[in-house]
This record gives sequence, C-alpha cells and structure tokens, in this order.
Amino acid sequence: MTDPFPPPLLSVHDLACERSERLLFTCMNFGLTGGQLLLVQGGNGQGKTSLLRLLTGLGQPDAGEVRWRGEPVARCRDVYYREMAYLGHANGIKDEFNPLENLRFNAGLHGQAFKPDQAVATLQRLGLSRCLDLPCRALSFGQRRRVALSALLLAGASLWILDEPLTGLDTHAVALVEGLIRDHLHAGGMVVATTHQAMNLADVSVQQLLIGEAPKQRAAAQAH
Amino acid sequence: MGSYFLNVLRRDLTLAARRRSDWLTALFFFIMVSSLFPLGIGPEPELLQRIGPGVLWVAATLASLLSLSRLCDGDHRDGSLEQMVLSPAPTVLLVLGKAMAHWLVYGIPLLLMAPVLGIQFNLPWDAIAVLVFSLALGTPILSILGAAGAALTLGLRGGGVLLTLLILPLYTPALIFGAGAVDGVMAGTGAEANLSLLGAFLLVSFLVAPWIASASMRVSLE
Amino acid sequence: MNFYHYASPSTFYGLAGRAIPWAAWMAGVLAVLGLYVSFFVAPTDFQQGEAYRIIFIHVPAAWMGMLIYLAMALWGAVGLAFNARLPFIMMRALAPTGAILTFVALWTGAVWGKPMWGAWWVWDARLTSTLILLFLYIGTLALWSSIDDVKRSDRAGALLTLIGVVNVPIILFSVVWWNTLHQGSTVGVSHAPKMAATMLQGLLLMTAAAWLYTIAATLVRVRRIILERERKTGWVRELLGKET
Repeated sequence: MTDPFPPPLLSVHDLACERSERLLFTCMNFGLTGGQLLLVQGGNGQGKTSLLRLLTGLGQPDAGEVRWRGEPVARCRDVYYREMAYLGHANGIKDEFNPLENLRFNAGLHGQAFKPDQAVATLQRLGLSRCLDLPCRALSFGQRRRVALSALLLAGASLWILDEPLTGLDTHAVALVEGLIRDHLHAGGMVVATTHQAMNLADVSVQQLLIGEAPKQRAAAQAH
Repeated sequence: MGSYFLNVLRRDLTLAARRRSDWLTALFFFIMVSSLFPLGIGPEPELLQRIGPGVLWVAATLASLLSLSRLCDGDHRDGSLEQMVLSPAPTVLLVLGKAMAHWLVYGIPLLLMAPVLGIQFNLPWDAIAVLVFSLALGTPILSILGAAGAALTLGLRGGGVLLTLLILPLYTPALIFGAGAVDGVMAGTGAEANLSLLGAFLLVSFLVAPWIASASMRVSLE
Repeated sequence: MNFYHYASPSTFYGLAGRAIPWAAWMAGVLAVLGLYVSFFVAPTDFQQGEAYRIIFIHVPAAWMGMLIYLAMALWGAVGLAFNARLPFIMMRALAPTGAILTFVALWTGAVWGKPMWGAWWVWDARLTSTLILLFLYIGTLALWSSIDDVKRSDRAGALLTLIGVVNVPIILFSVVWWNTLHQGSTVGVSHAPKMAATMLQGLLLMTAAAWLYTIAATLVRVRRIILERERKTGWVRELLGKET
C-alpha cells in the first residue's frame, strides 16, 4: 500500500538568509516530494536566487537547515549532489568547447559515464543538431542555454534547481523547456524554479512560494 | 575519486591548449624580466653570475604569479566553477587538479627556459642543473599557494594584483631556499641543505594549502 | 560565567565598555613606569651607549606584532569553527593594532641601526622577518577592504590568516637561515646587549604596557564594529537615541 503522504525528499527547516546586512527571509519551512514543482516568486533582489543557492548548498544559511532525505545537506553532500542538478543564471559551459565536449566534461566531473549517442540525441531533441561541432562561443545566448539544459537532462538527477530557466529563450524554446519540466515531474522528479514569467504547466502539482518584503514589515515567507 | 582529479586535469589542459597565447605570455614575461637586469645593472660576467640565481628565481616567481589569477577566473565567470564544486567528489580534488594543470602549463615551460637564461647569466652547468631542480620543487609550491590565493580573491576587482600581494610574502621561504641552493653550489658549500628545506616546504604546502583553498573556494562562491 | 552569554554582541559591547578604561589606565601607568626604568634606571650599555635604549620600544612592539597575528589566527579559527559573529569582529579589530605595532618595530629597528651601523636599514633576520610580517598584515587588510560582503570578507580573512600563521614559523626560520648564509655581508641589530636585571624589568614593563594598550585599542575598535554591524537591531537604535 503506497503511502499517500510520503515524507518530503527535500525539506527546509526554519531557514533564514541575510545578504549584505539585509534580512531576506526568516522562518522558512517547506517540503517537496516526487512529482512536485515549487515555484519561487518575488521581485528582483528579494532573495529568490539566494534561496536557490542555499538549497544547492553553495551558500550557508544564517539559521535553520536544508535537508535531503532527512539528512542535513551539509552532511550528505556526495549523496545529494548525485541526485541534484543546478542551473543558475550563468550557463556553466565553456565557450572554448563545442556542445558535445561540454557535455562530456560535465559528465566526467559529476562522476557519470558519458554516452555519446545519448548526448547527441539530447542535443538534437533541444534543437541543436546543427551546432554540434561549433565552439559554444559561436552560439547565441538561447543556444548556449539549451546546451546547459542538455547537461541538466543528461545528469539524471531527481531534483532540478533552476534559476529563471525561461529567461532569454524564444517562445518555441520556452514551450520546449516547459515540456521537459512536465516530463520530469511526471516521471517522479522534483523541480524548484524561480521565474518572472507565468509557466504553462497543466496537470502538475505546483506549490508557490512568494518571497518579499512588505513595506515597513519583515514578512515571513511561508509556502501555501 | 581519482578519475575526478584526472577529469579536472584533462579539462584544464584542454582549455589551456585552446588558449595557446596564455602560456606563451607568461614564458616571454620570464625571458623579458630576466633580460632587464643586465640592462639595469651592467653586463659584467662576475656580477651577473653573482645575481643570476636570485634574479632568475624572482623572474620565474613573477611569471608564475602573472598566470595565477587565470586559474579560476574564467570558470567563475561562466558558472562552470560552481558546477564543479557541485560535484559529489570533494572540492580538494578540484583544487589539486587545477593546481596541477597550472603547474604543467605554466611551471614546466619555465623549467625548460631556465637553462637558456642561466647561460645568459654566465652560470656554470652544475649551478644550472641545481637551478632547474630547485625551480622544479618551487613552482609546484607556487601553484598550490596560488590556488589558495585565487580561491580567496575569486571575482574581486584588482584580483590579480591582490593575489600577488597575498601570495608573495608566503612564498619567500621558497625563494630563499631555492636561490640559496644555487648559490651554495657556486660557492662550493653544496645544495643539499637548501634543497631538503625546499622539499620540506613543498610537503608542508601540500599538507595545508589544498584544504584552505577548498574552504576558500566555498566561501567565495557563497 | 556563561560563555554564550558573552558571545552575544550586545552583552560584549557592555563588557568591553567597562574594560576599556581599566586597560587604558593600566597601560598608561605601566608605560610611564616602563619608560622611567628604560631611560633612567637601566644602566648605559657598555658597547652601544645610550642609543640602545630604543630596544625598550622596539622589542615589545615586535613581540606584540607577532602575538597579535597569532591571536588573529586563533579568533579566525574560532569564528570558522563555530560560525559565530564575535570572533570575526575580534580578529578584525586586532589587525590594525598589529600592523601599527609591527610598523613601529620596523621604524625603531631602523632608528637603532643608524647610530650603530651607520645605515638606516640593514637586512638582518629580525628586521627582514618583521618586514614580511608587515606584508602579511597589509595583505589581510587589503583582502578585507576588497570584499564588500561582510560574511565572505570575515571568512576569507580568517582563512588567509590561518595559512599565514602556518607559514610564519617557516618564514622566520628561512629568514634566519638566509641571514646566516650571507653572514659576511651584513651585520645584525638583533644582537641585543647583555641583559642587566633592570633592563629586563624595563622590557617586561614595556611589553605589559604594549599588551594592555593592545587590549584597550582593540576593544574600542570592537565596540565600533559592533555598532556598525548591528546598527539595525533594537538595542543599538536605543543606544544611539534613534526611534525604531
């Protein structure tokens, strides 16, 4: 009998974050299980990227902790990083390499076997079949973003942490990415994403988190 | 784990191969700085022989330092550095891989050029041999200390100069022992004492610097 | 004494405030006593005449320069280990005093050298290692001022000081080694005159004065940094008479 309320895989407890002497958020709690999407929204500079960086373990919280499968992330980094993939504002790909080389080195750096056929297929799926031999510096911003997304797909992670994944993409690419996210969620994966734009995601379990400061008050952000 | 180290190494070496001009610049800096001294001091052979070891050691140090800020800057700017830190393997291996790649690309050419410059300074052959050997011990120290410095100054304005300012005082023992070894050979007192001290410094550096560099990288990426 | 109670900036602020006048007064008294002993009680040196008396400032300053660097490294390590705010503030408050005292040591070392050896600077082991220590201080101060984010700045400085503190014994050893290798060409101001009992008293008094001065100056700085960093909290606003 499957548990209708499985324990959250990613959970956040009393998280607080301060940046440049400004308290961005405090007493933050939420949990995420398979198939769920957490959409983080808020104005610029309110702490969306900071929250994502805390979730990846790149930043240390000022209070509280982030847990993966019940263990604090700081203590199970190797397990967590095998199951988590992050796409930040920067693409994380080298301009000097072509897309395939970028994917090959990325796989090696994450301890994964590199399967060239699978990589080529992924690049083709993302509309990059004509760019396979070009160094990434010759590609447009949108194309480079798609190379980074290919790396994300190949990582085989269950949790995706995406910082504004739709920025800089044309409508076709936006639909593509939304499709990828949908497929990932249907397959039991989890996504945490920040976004300025509305996402077209039907039949997907979505939680929304609003980070922001009402004037003259420090608002504690709570997941609905 | 070992394969992560090799992956980082292979990646950095491939990148350096695609940016050939970088290591040539450092090498030419070495040659030019060394050549400035006779111009500034005078070409008397005995004088040059006397100052040669020190001058070549300082020039090699500066040439190496020039290239250190490039260790992590490119990766930091395009976001690949944080992707590498988000790997299941320990960050120490990332630091060691980068330091090793730096040494192979920027340190070894200095070793190969040193004999030529040694001749310019009228150094005898046994002194040149000790010079190359001492640089072979000293340049890895600079690569690993430099990795710590690069991690601390990641993304800062004036990063390169600041990095030099931070690392040079820490590197002075290597300069003293390295140049001292060559002096010792020329004076007839032998190089063993200085070379063993240099070797000990190399060991201590590799025991301490990688961990500090790895912690610094996490601090700088926050 | 509840350690964690004093680790809170607001409590420590009060404690520091009470400690400063004591430390400052004692530093002053000891300095007066020490200078009296140094300049009037201690005998004239057989070899070096009256000029040697500068060591009563040079030596305490040099010792404190070293000790402060060590203290900085310790506080930095504590801050990193416990992820606390106050140890980092202590570390940053100590640094300027350490740099100043190291500079004083350098300057007085040069002043000592001039009447003795006719040169304002000699590359002996003590002066050279003091110079390198000054470079280490300057490097740390430069790093702090280059980083805007306070958390990163504190931690980076702590890590730099840690690597520096491991290197310092090696640097000292290597400079002494270097000096003995080149013995023929330089002479040393590190050859201190033989210590009469009163000379030792003078030295100890001046060192104690320097120590207490360090404590007073550091605590003043700590209070200023606490006010700056905690300026948005209630207790600071009350203190400064602002409305919340």
